[in-house]
Amino acid sequence: MTEKSLIDLLTVDSRTEIDRWISKYPADQKQSAVMAALRIVQDQNGGHLTTELMDAVAEYLQMDAIAVYEVATFYSMYEMKPVGRHKICVCTNISCMLCGSEKIVKHLQEKLGVGFGEVTPDGRFSLKEVECLGACVGAPMFQIGEHYYEHLTPEKVDKILDELE
Amino acid sequence: MADIEINGKTIKARDGAMVIEAADEAGITIPRFCYHEKLSVAASCRMCLVEVEKAPKPLPACATPVTDGMKVWTNSPKALAAQKNVMEFLLINHPLDCPICDQGGECDLQDIAVGYGSDVSRFAEIKRVVKSKDIGPLIATDFTRCIHCTRCVRFGQEIAGIRELGATGRGEYMEIGTYVEKSVSSELSGNIIDLCPVGALTSKPFRFTARSWELTDSATVAPHDCVGSNLTLQSRRNKVMRSLPRSNEAINETWISDRDRFSYVGLNDKERLRTPMIKVEGEWREIDWNSALEQVSKGVRKLVDAHGADQLGALISPSATLEEMYLLQKLMRALGSANIDHRLRQGDFSDQDLLPPFPWLGQGIEELEKVDAALLIGSNVRKDQPIIGHRLRKAAVGGANIMFVNPVDFPFNFPVAEKLIGHPAQMVRMLAAIAKALLDITGEEAPEGLTPLLENIPVGDTELAIAGHLKAAESAAVLLGVLAHGSQQLSSLRALAVLIAKLSGARFGLLPEGSNSSGGWLAGAIPHRGPVGQKTPVTSLVNASAMFEHPLRGYLLVGVEPELDSSHPVAATKVLEEAGFVVSLTSFVSDTMKQYADVLLPISPFSETSGTFVNIEGHWQSFAGAVAPLGDSRPAWKVLRVLGNLFDLQGFEYTSSEQVRDELKASCGQVEPSAEVGWRCPSDLNTAAGSLYRLGEVPIYATDALVRRSGPLQETEDAVVAAVRINESVATSLGLIEGDIAQVTQGGGSVWLPVVIDERVADGCAVIPAALPETAELGAIYGPVDVSKN
Repeated sequence: MTEKSLIDLLTVDSRTEIDRWISKYPADQKQSAVMAALRIVQDQNGGHLTTELMDAVAEYLQMDAIAVYEVATFYSMYEMKPVGRHKICVCTNISCMLCGSEKIVKHLQEKLGVGFGEVTPDGRFSLKEVECLGACVGAPMFQIGEHYYEHLTPEKVDKILDELE
Repeated sequence: MADIEINGKTIKARDGAMVIEAADEAGITIPRFCYHEKLSVAASCRMCLVEVEKAPKPLPACATPVTDGMKVWTNSPKALAAQKNVMEFLLINHPLDCPICDQGGECDLQDIAVGYGSDVSRFAEIKRVVKSKDIGPLIATDFTRCIHCTRCVRFGQEIAGIRELGATGRGEYMEIGTYVEKSVSSELSGNIIDLCPVGALTSKPFRFTARSWELTDSATVAPHDCVGSNLTLQSRRNKVMRSLPRSNEAINETWISDRDRFSYVGLNDKERLRTPMIKVEGEWREIDWNSALEQVSKGVRKLVDAHGADQLGALISPSATLEEMYLLQKLMRALGSANIDHRLRQGDFSDQDLLPPFPWLGQGIEELEKVDAALLIGSNVRKDQPIIGHRLRKAAVGGANIMFVNPVDFPFNFPVAEKLIGHPAQMVRMLAAIAKALLDITGEEAPEGLTPLLENIPVGDTELAIAGHLKAAESAAVLLGVLAHGSQQLSSLRALAVLIAKLSGARFGLLPEGSNSSGGWLAGAIPHRGPVGQKTPVTSLVNASAMFEHPLRGYLLVGVEPELDSSHPVAATKVLEEAGFVVSLTSFVSDTMKQYADVLLPISPFSETSGTFVNIEGHWQSFAGAVAPLGDSRPAWKVLRVLGNLFDLQGFEYTSSEQVRDELKASCGQVEPSAEVGWRCPSDLNTAAGSLYRLGEVPIYATDALVRRSGPLQETEDAVVAAVRINESVATSLGLIEGDIAQVTQGGGSVWLPVVIDERVADGCAVIPAALPETAELGAIYGPVDVSKN
């Protein structure tokens, strides 16, 4: 009957990192660290969140689980399903669209054989459509990991992807 | 106060009030969906936009505080245009399926759309569809209809104290739900049905059974706990279809517990007794009322003549009406017996002569939310009296120190400042330690006989903290709960609780079972005193427990199922089976009852009779029946009145229940509710060491015959399955692990129950719930029990 603690799902490194974020806020407002905590836990888990991990974050920050689900589902950079080793976030917003993002999307989908929100069978890539990433000057563009790749052409896309393991 | 003007009308408004509050008070209607007077302001629906002088844009009335000299127009062209535009947006995604929606006819959106909506939608795109979720047996969901007002979410966070519902996703994809598949578990969850302004959350049991305009409203009072929540029963064609809260700020505000909301489903259960029945040579036969009552009077007379009136006992439910209790005791006392009781599950009667004639909560229910400190003893208040739990939660959230001395570390939905968890005998020692700490703090002298007993009582930090909080509080309460009433240490707990209250300046009060236990004392449904505390001339004084310890020859039962409702179920059943004559006035009949009863008289439940409940704050609340009695059943006060006539007794000439009530009321005179309890020193404060002790807590949905027959409540998570709940160390000493099926032996009975490990249970104790058929074969609901592996 006694609720089982899920905190062990968080690695020691994750907890240290979350603690660092908690220390930035007043002691009675641990929940302020929820976004950072979710990002840390998502990285720990290879790019996506699970219900158990969100419950663990809720327990760690002494929040209601539903409040954590709300945050995690609100922001598009939290993933609720497994993603590829490299998450390709393609901007299709106005500037990129005017500069030919449709061509880039088509090329990516044909090359990888997957649509938006899907993962390649080898687990190497997943494709995601995103709104403006604030790099209109380099449109069309996409983001992989922490890098922006700009002025994309199909040839450039091939080169970028081939260089990723 | 601020002077403001709404629609040209000058209004005085409280400083800091929102425009919508001022308008509501002045009777000026502003349409709204997300605003609710009991919840925080979300200002998310924008329906209440109004024009304010000097403001460039319309402002939401729910989130705009009044300022002196403010001018507001709620129906100017600018305000109306804003409201109509909001309405158009709200209707974009709302399905226009009112004819198949259960909310139709009582829907805020529907009503307001009539005033502010357009005839034709300009929206030609595809409407969004949201999958409905299963959130349990009480609440049906249809989230495509949701307009995201978040009232249900705020209710969970702010009122129920457990946030179970939330808004996940965003924008077009925002959905209300629990995210993971689960039932909402709050004991107040049904209130979100009332809060939902559309048909997204509706009552599952009521769904698709009636339209709101077909229903007739009747004002009544909830019959399950001592709060006396005000209800509206809605009926159609002589059947209760639904139960809703009726606002009463002093008692239940606008809320009711799920128990009060959904118990009505049991009213027309298949076990309802519809005609009088009599057992002839072991066979049950239906019989007309005259013959049945004739049989009863003959049987009772025979018994009294042969063995004396003191061989007759009467038990009445603590949730029976005041009139029923009064007439039953009048009948019994006129026959010459004072063996009558309503304290069915009480564990200790030894201090009953010290209690006042009209025991109570010690304060108004409303006052509980303003306490600075409260100590609850033997109470799972959240489940036993959900509305009291809600009031205390408000106090706790506001910073009050709510503290517990309990045998189980119950999970509460508010911060608990201090708690002491132990075996009931240890609870006595804990209270003694708190009293000792208070004696030290105040320097007052210990009452007679206590000093030597306190010598060996160590005072720990928690005891000191509890004493300190109570003493420091400007307004404090010490309350004795249902578990304390059931325990065999009641008198010691009460004596020490009263002492603690006195020393700390707190108000002492009771939180017993049933909806009318204060009424039970007033009406004289107790053996040692007549109505209003009158001395009773009869010498035989057998209380609810003694009635089964020392078998009598005949019993009158009114609304009682002793196999579930008594403090010693197995003994009760055995004694009743062996008794010469058992008459049961009952709304429901079980197979067990058919075993022991000789005559069954069908009486009306609370929905079919007029009557009065006296709630724990001493309020007399009378109500009329909502529907006519089912079948041949009759209000119990009428049955008892006719029985009085059949015995040729004086003073049974009533023609209405009001006459019965008024007779009692007249004799009440100046008797005020009181919490004055005389001092009698506990004999011994030593912990009774040794065997495992059973805690027979009564689950929230097993309290009385009606609740036990409400299907939807029985499907909830709170409708616990019988089990033995023990902590790890107890389990280890018994050689048991989680999931084992253990043999439970007690009072000559024996059952097999699964073992659940629960660290919340005190050492030396086993929670084995009472009032469940699975445990009806066991003995004392509080007392030694034997649990073994095989």
